[in-house]
Amino acid sequence: MDQIMKVNELSVVYGKGCDYCRDSNNPLEKNRCPHCMAVCAVRDISLELYDSEILGVVGESGSGKTTLMKALYFDIIPTKGSAYLAAYNNGETDIFSVSSQQQRAIRNNLLGMVYQNPVMGLLMNYSSGGNVAQKLIAAGHRNVAAMQERTAQLLDHMEIPLNRVKEPPRNFSGGMQQRVQISKAIANNPPVLLLDEVTTGLDLSVQAKVLDLIRMVQKQLNISVIVVSHDLAVIRMLSDRTVVMLDGQIVEHGFTDQILEDPQHWFTQTLVHSLI
Amino acid sequence: MLIVNNLSKTFNMHVGAEKTITCLDSVNLSVEPGQVVALIGPSGSGKSSLLKCIYGTYLTTVGNIYYTDANGSEHDLANIDLQTMRHLRTREFGYVSQFFHVIPRIAAVDVLSQPLINRGWSSNDSAKRAKELLSKVGIPESLWNMYPSTFSGGEKQRLNIIYGIITMPRLVLLDEPTASLDPVSKRNVLDLIIELKEQGSMILGAFHDYEAMRVIADKSYHVVTKNLELVA
Ligand SMILES: Nc1ncnc2c1ncn2[C@@H]1O[C@H](COP(=O)(O)OP(=O)(O)OP(=O)(O)O)[C@@H](O)[C@H]1O
Ligand SMILES: Nc1ncnc2c1ncn2[C@@H]1O[C@H](COP(=O)(O)OP(=O)(O)O)[C@@H](O)[C@H]1O
Ligand SMILES: [Mg+2]
Ligand SMILES: [Mg+2]
Ligand SMILES: [Zn+2]
Repeated sequence: MDQIMKVNELSVVYGKGCDYCRDSNNPLEKNRCPHCMAVCAVRDISLELYDSEILGVVGESGSGKTTLMKALYFDIIPTKGSAYLAAYNNGETDIFSVSSQQQRAIRNNLLGMVYQNPVMGLLMNYSSGGNVAQKLIAAGHRNVAAMQERTAQLLDHMEIPLNRVKEPPRNFSGGMQQRVQISKAIANNPPVLLLDEVTTGLDLSVQAKVLDLIRMVQKQLNISVIVVSHDLAVIRMLSDRTVVMLDGQIVEHGFTDQILEDPQHWFTQTLVHSLI
Repeated sequence: MLIVNNLSKTFNMHVGAEKTITCLDSVNLSVEPGQVVALIGPSGSGKSSLLKCIYGTYLTTVGNIYYTDANGSEHDLANIDLQTMRHLRTREFGYVSQFFHVIPRIAAVDVLSQPLINRGWSSNDSAKRAKELLSKVGIPESLWNMYPSTFSGGEKQRLNIIYGIITMPRLVLLDEPTASLDPVSKRNVLDLIIELKEQGSMILGAFHDYEAMRVIADKSYHVVTKNLELVA
């Protein structure tokens, strides 16, 4: 199986950090360093993403999931660590070490992101079509007619009615906003899609629709996806493989069926036992 | 060839009171190509657990599970990396679980096509094969495009079996495949298993149903007191 992305010992520390908390063997108070009081939101995380797989990241609120996604999307500068994308220089160059211009190019062409909060990913007062087109423009598209067609096609695929393409996301329900975000995220056919709590806060029936669309997109485009959720039921439905995060660290990883049926770590066991 | 060598499985529970449960203790068995091997034993004796250890749904605590793949390479499934296992699961293994986990809101024929599509078949050919098997196990055509969640227990079970074997896997793990079937459906399912056997698959199954087991099994292991005992 081909490796699409590799992340090595990634850390994001909010605060200065000290020798004590830099050593990931030293225990913290949850994710806070007892010596310097820094928050180690992500602590020495390593993971791999393979071709056409969905990798689930599950963990309780505050465990560092969003911080991890934002670091991979260059929204946050990591304190330490490296990452490689097969589609960028054959996976030979650490994407955190390249210029910000290169990082923008990677972000626009090789990554798609759906934020937990649609306000982060969309301009709420700008037309939905325009929001999607923004991603195309960022990747260097200039032909207006072609972009309009592509935008309409993407939104249609996400079941946003054609006659609403000109409306701003602020007019839309939460489920529709997430679907506009997905359209935007996949606009440039990125090999890697990052999804942060895409269905959190949506009604169950709307959740189901969004999850179905994600599954469809993954199959059709044959892309690799990282799905972040605090909800094991979402992970169960989407992901082949799962990592479990607690206080910024990965405490367990395995096939999703193994994580669900034979969880090893006490925290995973608690999560599984609270599944209804 | 599949060889289970001195396998033990314990569960360490950290929720509530700390607890350790041993469910399999020093199990040995082997399955050869073209063989149907049956696990028999009372409820709770560890049949499903053994099948899950082989498929990787449970982590093996002690011991080895040697498997020789289609290219002749030997793997120890008890100590294998996930990507190799993922490959074996899609290319060579079929697992029919005791309870069918349906993927919601997908038509039966599409559910069944997926394992073939994952192996690189076209969606047309996959659907065609799925329909052949659906009619073979007697599922009426009117149900083919329905969601499996609406199916009866016996219909779900037949779907589950087709899902597990549609790729004609080299290693087939069956957990009570005939448990809630009427005699005609059961015969159809046993015929499918015999077909797999004739093409050289290794088949390991847990059976409550002695009748069914006697028809198809080449050898049987009794699951007694967390151990296995070969019975004639
Ligand atoms: N995930 C698990 N966590 C803890 N204990 C388990 C787990 N799975 C199985 N066990 C225990 O291991 C033992 C064997 O269970 P298993 O499901 O393998 O039995 P079985 O032989 O398939 O029974 P049945 O015929 O009822 O399906 C039982 O005591 C069961 O309670
Ligand atoms: N900008 C920030 N400044 C300080 N601490 C932060 C900041 N962002 C997140 N954190 C802290 O980092 C930890 C991880 O947060 P986050 O990644 O948002 O968690 P999750 O997505 O798993 O809910 C939390 O303790 C949170 O309070
Ligand atoms: Mg979050
Ligand atoms: Mg069982
Ligand atoms: Zn510190």
